Amino acid sequence: MTSAGEPAVDPAARPVRGGRGLPLTWLGVTPFFVYVGLFLVLPSLIIGSGSFTGKDGGLSLENLSDIQKPYIARALINSITVSIASALAGAIAGALLAYAVATGNPHGVLRRTVTSASGVLAQFGGVTLAFAFIATMGTIGFVTLFLKDHGIDIFANGVWLYELSGLTLVYTYFQIPLMVLVFLPALDGIRPQWREATESLGGNTWHYWRCVAGPLLAPAFLGCTLLLFANAFSAYATVAALITQGSIVLPLVISNLFTSETGRAQPGLAKALALAMIVIVAIVMLLYTLLQRRTSRWLR
Amino acid sequence: MKLSSPVRQLGLAAIAFVLVAACGGTSSAPASCSAKTATSVADCGGIDSLYAAAKAEGALNVIALPLDWANWGEIIPAFKAKYPGIKVNSANPQGSSQEEIDAINQLAGTKDAPDVVDVGMKVMLANTQLFAPYKVATWSDIPAAQKEASGVWFQDYGGYMGIGYDPTKVPGGTLNSISDLLGSGFKSKVALAGDPTISNQALNGVIMIAVANGGSLDDVAKGVDFFKSLKAAGNFVPVKGTIATIKSGQTPVLVEWDYLSAAHVKDVPGWKIFVPANATIGGYYAQGISKGAPHPAAARLWEEFLYSDQGQNLFLKGYARPVRMDAMVKSGRVDATAAAALPKVSGTPLFPSQAQSAAASAYLSSKWAQAIA
Repeated sequence: MTSAGEPAVDPAARPVRGGRGLPLTWLGVTPFFVYVGLFLVLPSLIIGSGSFTGKDGGLSLENLSDIQKPYIARALINSITVSIASALAGAIAGALLAYAVATGNPHGVLRRTVTSASGVLAQFGGVTLAFAFIATMGTIGFVTLFLKDHGIDIFANGVWLYELSGLTLVYTYFQIPLMVLVFLPALDGIRPQWREATESLGGNTWHYWRCVAGPLLAPAFLGCTLLLFANAFSAYATVAALITQGSIVLPLVISNLFTSETGRAQPGLAKALALAMIVIVAIVMLLYTLLQRRTSRWLR
Repeated sequence: MKLSSPVRQLGLAAIAFVLVAACGGTSSAPASCSAKTATSVADCGGIDSLYAAAKAEGALNVIALPLDWANWGEIIPAFKAKYPGIKVNSANPQGSSQEEIDAINQLAGTKDAPDVVDVGMKVMLANTQLFAPYKVATWSDIPAAQKEASGVWFQDYGGYMGIGYDPTKVPGGTLNSISDLLGSGFKSKVALAGDPTISNQALNGVIMIAVANGGSLDDVAKGVDFFKSLKAAGNFVPVKGTIATIKSGQTPVLVEWDYLSAAHVKDVPGWKIFVPANATIGGYYAQGISKGAPHPAAARLWEEFLYSDQGQNLFLKGYARPVRMDAMVKSGRVDATAAAALPKVSGTPLFPSQAQSAAASAYLSSKWAQAIA
């Protein structure tokens, strides 16, 4: 194996900084880039090329123009609506909860309980969450039946749980804890001394919120809201388990276009829709990054 | 090169193994039976030598046969009892028709590839090139419209679209017409067995409602309109009806195949089925023997068993209508008790053609989501 021309390498020798040979520092990040390449870049490229491939295999814009079909446009609007609604509800409720936690004892039971519960509940999406709601608030859920026995029919005007309003409620369940987690660091960055400074200069609570805390927190709040939007926009398993009829949101339309056994399978169109979702999420995340940058200027 | 020699040895061993396995397969089967190309049991010298060849193969790979569907749970053990020595490997029992085809393609050439499939007609007609022609001994009993002339596929069992319901959850305890479903007593109770833009069963459900409401096999619009009204009345449950939603009571009224519905009586006592007389929509599944079947003799023996009186009566016991039913009723070989237990059907059966199903499916793809929004 070893040729005579090369110096023997002592295996016990420690690498010397600035020594000869190839730099090996990149080795540590290789797994990350391989991972990103395989599971983010490659699928995106496949989706991108598939979107522009027609049924005959040639270059085509047919898939992209099919996005205007009424049932697809409707699902896209539904997706955006439910994402905005659940993001706003989650952001407001989550911010209030985070504020209550931030102003409390930093080592108290409340804070520890809320943050650890949020950590768990923010991940409590998907099939389990859908079934939890079906079992409690579905047509035969025990909360529904209990209220019915006491004269309250929550579904008197139709079973809204399986509609957009129900979906918004279910999504809010994982949006609020996520908001607590991502907004709490921003609130912690607000120092009590700033309030004291406002008061010593003659300002009241309104002045403090209007001129100090508000402007400082606004970018963080908006940024977190955008994150929640992206979170809801891409959610699939929850809605797939909850609403199995009519492809109410875009991820379900995409899934149906892949799995139909009645001849409706159109992988090209599905990829075009996925591309549209990537574009929307990319725009949202770009705005999020810009807002985060603005936030971090003040709140370190 | 020293390092690579174990690899080479391994390769040689693998080739040798394949050769031995291949020789073993041909040498142990009787010379009179080349099962791979046999198009009838006579080509193999009768059922006994077919069994001998199948026994030499030792196994049969079946796929996507749920034990609670059309009585597969009784048919597979009955086959094993009649032909001992053949191991039945049942893969992916909950798989779809499309997944059966995918398995044939993905496992091609391996010993795990499916030998036989039981698939919906849409999937069968799109993949006929994968199947070897074979005519079972009882071939002439199968109606001409329900088989491919050379034996590439042949339907095995089927039934009619019906509306299954739990009588304790329905006003009056019986369902007599489809328009009843719009009444206030059916609030949040009526479901389909899937999304009709995806599921063939649900698509046939919408076609059935359309025909019952004055539409036809060519005009599914009235069915979509009906579900729109059903939704407006608050009676439609946008959930895929399954045995689980029936047991829990989430979908007490479910549009589905009558032979699947009839089996729910085990889980919901008193479960009933209504098949509208003016809209009796039929659908059959089909058998096919894979060209690349790793156990070609066992595959043919399996088909002979399914289409024997015993096999056909076992389908019947599972509430499915076997394809030889008419002939067996005439010859008196039908299991009369099982036949009497079938859901009652009074109308003339209608079978949507592939073109009609495709047109209905195309209409639904653009209209369904809006109708039930």
